[in-house]
Amino acid sequence: MPDIKTEVMTVNMGPQHPSTHGVLRLVLELDGETVLSAAPTIGFLHTGIEKTTEQKKWQQVIPLVERMDYLSAQSNSMAFCLSVERLLGVEVPQRVRDIRVLIAELQRINSHLVWLGTHGMEVGAVSVMLYCFRERELLLNINELLAGFRLFPSYMRVGGLREDLPRGFHAAVVAFLDRFGPKLDEYEDLLTKNEIYLKRTQHVGVISKDAAVAYGLVGPIARAAGVDYDVRKYFPYLGYETYDFAVPTQTRGDVYSRYLVRVAEMRESMKICRQALARITPTGIFAIDDPRITPPPKDRVYTEMEALIQHFLIYSQGFTVPAGEAYVPVEGPRGEQGFYVVSDGTNRPWRVKSRPPSLLACQALERMIVGGLIADVIAVIGSIDVVMGDVDR
Amino acid sequence: MDVDTLVASLQAAVPEAQIEQAPSIDLQTTVYVPRDAVPALARALRDRPEFAFTFLAELTAVDYWPKEPRYEVVYVVVSIANRLRLRVKVRLPADDPHVATVCDVWPAANWLEREVWDLFGIAFDGHPDPRRLLMPEDWQGYPLRKDYPVQIRMTPNASEALQVTEDEFRSNLMKDRLTRGR
Repeated sequence: MPDIKTEVMTVNMGPQHPSTHGVLRLVLELDGETVLSAAPTIGFLHTGIEKTTEQKKWQQVIPLVERMDYLSAQSNSMAFCLSVERLLGVEVPQRVRDIRVLIAELQRINSHLVWLGTHGMEVGAVSVMLYCFRERELLLNINELLAGFRLFPSYMRVGGLREDLPRGFHAAVVAFLDRFGPKLDEYEDLLTKNEIYLKRTQHVGVISKDAAVAYGLVGPIARAAGVDYDVRKYFPYLGYETYDFAVPTQTRGDVYSRYLVRVAEMRESMKICRQALARITPTGIFAIDDPRITPPPKDRVYTEMEALIQHFLIYSQGFTVPAGEAYVPVEGPRGEQGFYVVSDGTNRPWRVKSRPPSLLACQALERMIVGGLIADVIAVIGSIDVVMGDVDR
Repeated sequence: MDVDTLVASLQAAVPEAQIEQAPSIDLQTTVYVPRDAVPALARALRDRPEFAFTFLAELTAVDYWPKEPRYEVVYVVVSIANRLRLRVKVRLPADDPHVATVCDVWPAANWLEREVWDLFGIAFDGHPDPRRLLMPEDWQGYPLRKDYPVQIRMTPNASEALQVTEDEFRSNLMKDRLTRGR
């Protein structure tokens, strides 16, 4: 029998690979099908959003931060608004808090649906993607109803919301929640006990409990490894302590556990949505009554001089924020998320820094894939749910 | 643990360094530490059971140009076991901005420190892989510094196709791996 010539092969995966969720480049060294080393290279999508925010007024930052992590736009803007409101020392009304909770949970379902769809497709279950995007369409329709924009509604404002809820909002959310429960069961029928899916995902990309925390992967990845840390429970904000929901955890820390955790999270989010919806009146107060921050209603602008002046001041100069720094963590779809904002007392931020859960997930990717098979690399990248807009900013 | 107890026990953990409580408008416990105390303090924060700050939530920097000391490096650490959050800040002068790395304490700091080096030019002593992270490797300057012009004109660096043999490519890879300490 002739000798088989073997050698270590270096493969560039990405930055244009369809399964790298954007522009992630991985330099893999392969011995046959086993991954010997992996070096992630990032930065292809770096657009300098943090530098750009320093040229903008506070309110103008919201569309920019929504475009960082483009699958959890409203969680980003909510985290930013919470930090700025903490600096301003204002507290939004109860109704606004409930609406923000509802929107954040819908956004979590939305993000997890994109994750489930793309992850399912990458490990070979293409039909799951079609079904997930079908239900996500309903959520995007709700966004469109809310703000006229589907992906980046910019509906959050410092000091409240842009406008009151549209007519038919409650009916649309109820229709979605009624429809979504049974659909989630259907996705589980397709995957949870699917032999092929189990073979692709169990004992793959394992990360231990301690390593997950040390690498900063708190969120669904750490919960799949057994860390029950959830900002909503540990450091409640927006009144999450008054909602009844559980934090699903698993113990094995593999790709399959992450799948189970995220599906269970979608069910818990539905529970929170129903509770929040029951508290929200169809019309009511939607921003704090503070003439420094919120513009006056349009009918007053057309009839009163003072309201007109206030309107012009807010739209031309913006508002000033007291000097200082604030960081309010929230539980985004990918784990702890927040904006470290620094103000020098003017109408523009001195520094805005996002805590990027995807960057840390990308950093730990090497640890999860080295020693595994190259086919598992795809499953692992899918399971950590990286959004390159959030990695590179 | 309330704020005063936390600061007092921090001071007890690193007696050689002066720990100074900082004003915080967002009610988050904040302390300033001298930069020499960072490695000892980081270890104490993570390993002592009364702190158990095992999770580094955020590591970033702020440039207060033209004030002096110009830079502040900010660490946000979370103790999951004790439900505590703490913000630690280190002031750095404009002419010599460097601080010891905390990669060996919290592995999450690796890329976060690289990002700060990339965008602020603050060096982290003992970092295992001190390269740029987000900007191209041949980029000049540190974009998030306040004296970095926004409307900058850079001469484009035209890249030519890679002209190396397979052996050179391999040895470059090996060199790369050696410099990264693996």
